[in-house]
Amino acid sequence: MAHALDAYLVEWERARPRWQRNGRSAIGRLRQEALQRFVSRGLPTTREEEWRFTSVAPIADCTFALAGPSAAEVSADDVASLRIAPAVELVFINGRHVPALSRMGSLPTGSHVENLANVLATGSHRIEPHLTRTPPAEQQPFVALNTAFLDDGAWIQVPAGAILEQPIHLLFLSTGGPDDRPLMSHPRILATLGENSQASVIETYAGTNAQYFTNVLTEIVVGDNAVLDHYTLQYDSPEAFHVGSIYVRTACSATYRSHSVSLGGALVRNDVTAVLNGEGAECTLNGLYAADTRRLVDNHTTIDHAQPHCGSREVYKGILADHARGVFNGKIIVRPDAQKTDAKQTNRALLLSEDAQINTKPQLEIFANDVKCTHGAAVGQLDEEALFYLRSRGLTDAEARRMLVHAFAADVLNRLPLEPVRIRAEERLQQQLARSLPAAA
Amino acid sequence: MLKVMNLHAGVGGREILRGIDLSIEAGEVHAIMGPNGSGKSTLARVLAGHPEYQATEGAALFGGEDLFAMDPESRARAGVFMAFQYPVEIPGVHNAYFLKAALNAVRAHRGQEELDAVEFMALVRDRMKQLGIDESLLNRPVNEGFSGGEKKRNEIFQMAVLEPRLAILDETDSGLDIDALKIVAHGVNAMRRPDRAFLLVTHYQRLLNYVVPDVVHVLADGRIVRSGGKELALELEERGYGWLEAAAPTVVGG
Repeated sequence: MAHALDAYLVEWERARPRWQRNGRSAIGRLRQEALQRFVSRGLPTTREEEWRFTSVAPIADCTFALAGPSAAEVSADDVASLRIAPAVELVFINGRHVPALSRMGSLPTGSHVENLANVLATGSHRIEPHLTRTPPAEQQPFVALNTAFLDDGAWIQVPAGAILEQPIHLLFLSTGGPDDRPLMSHPRILATLGENSQASVIETYAGTNAQYFTNVLTEIVVGDNAVLDHYTLQYDSPEAFHVGSIYVRTACSATYRSHSVSLGGALVRNDVTAVLNGEGAECTLNGLYAADTRRLVDNHTTIDHAQPHCGSREVYKGILADHARGVFNGKIIVRPDAQKTDAKQTNRALLLSEDAQINTKPQLEIFANDVKCTHGAAVGQLDEEALFYLRSRGLTDAEARRMLVHAFAADVLNRLPLEPVRIRAEERLQQQLARSLPAAA
Repeated sequence: MLKVMNLHAGVGGREILRGIDLSIEAGEVHAIMGPNGSGKSTLARVLAGHPEYQATEGAALFGGEDLFAMDPESRARAGVFMAFQYPVEIPGVHNAYFLKAALNAVRAHRGQEELDAVEFMALVRDRMKQLGIDESLLNRPVNEGFSGGEKKRNEIFQMAVLEPRLAILDETDSGLDIDALKIVAHGVNAMRRPDRAFLLVTHYQRLLNYVVPDVVHVLADGRIVRSGGKELALELEERGYGWLEAAAPTVVGG
């Protein structure tokens, strides 16, 4: 493990001169402190409760490099199939913003979307108040690692009252590194929505068939009565490692909806933490994940009801084939003041093979007495009666299976408000199921 | 069209059918009646290929082909249709989507071209109109939240779209009010053709007031204990099943 951390130190030192030329010392200190936290803490182990079922050994065993300043060879064609139009679209290759591939679309006056490296180079004081605003998170190893390598990403600012007609699409594409050394990137996304504003933010992760490591951190503040639809679409290469952490704070009567689709990656860990920090806020977490072969997808969610009259709805569904493993941990905290909380959590997993596995745990910590909290978990195989019903009408066993798996997923996919995103996600899932449930089943 | 010879079948190692002989010609309507537990539904399910039901002895030929050598989808494609006693709810699969896939699978087997969305909808609307079925049913998930009557009507609707050669109705009439029963009966009568056969599995004589069968068989304890014309159904209605079981020397309990 010590060796694994050394490699991060080497990369950090290598990047430091460039960072020093381009930015303020306040940010430099932030990186330095985060690096120290990361090094003294180390990568998590399965002895820790939060990582009990997910060993990051495959990540620890690799030596990753930061991508060099010259953008990798990625053509507009590679990006085309991942674009969402119309949208304000920032494209990143191996964690670095590529202006030539980005499109600024149309934004209402006062709204601001900028790549983070540019912000850091031209006036990082603008974002300093928004960085590392969730101190407990900074103790998380991957969060500390992200801050240590703070460099590029996106800054989104939606002023009070602004309604964004077009979604903001942040497209992160990763490739193999030069001389076969896998690359890593640590994108940072900051989004603040002023009161009464509304926006959709989409993060897409995809890559060429290569090993790489994406460790992204998204910090979001949703102001009074503002509405955010937040999509995280993870279509990484089947060899990739993906760690994504989302921290959200909502103010009074704010609405935050997270739509998470996680289909790629060899080892994937998604953390979503939403703190409902104002009365009457609404939080929705919808998640769909699918894995085959020996891939692992771990979703940890926390909804922290800190104020009264907040509602949360959470539905996570997973499809696991072959030897794939899933982990779902859904924590709901209801603080003593959070009376009249109405929280509902559902998670279901479909196991398509005898060797597929899911570890699922709802975790309710309720300190208020006048609340409504329900949770349900179900793990199962395809319904044999339904399979026979479909086959008795002429569908083959494989067709029937695919139809039922699709129906299982559709429950979540149909909740994706943006149609192009929904269609793309359905296509991706289709492709994956064609692999997991081949026609000659 | 269907020839069943000395069929023994059961579920989970328990024998339920103990030697069924049955011959159904094209154009005929046969009714299978019998008390609860006599094996009526087992017969329907084993013919349709339900994986939990196994034929342990005997044979069944459909159009000269060994039925039990075919998987359920091959039977469906060859023209066997079973209306389920308890149609399965399938959340998330829309009726229209499912039925189009099924119809095109069956058509492909018959060497017919696939129907596109427009042609499919035209066919489906026509059948719905004939059966007095509301079009909203198409956009709902298969059987989900359907009332008992709606589920049974949906089975008949699927039959009308798929146009099987042999339709097996497994207690489709059970639990229906008179209006729904008439719709089911009308659906069957409208589809009677010289090249199509029906096997109506029913507990009650009521359906046979509306669909007149050519042959009525009485099943008791896994065997056909009597076969006759439509009058046999009326006799059963009047006298119940008890006299038959008592009067049939070939039926040995246990």
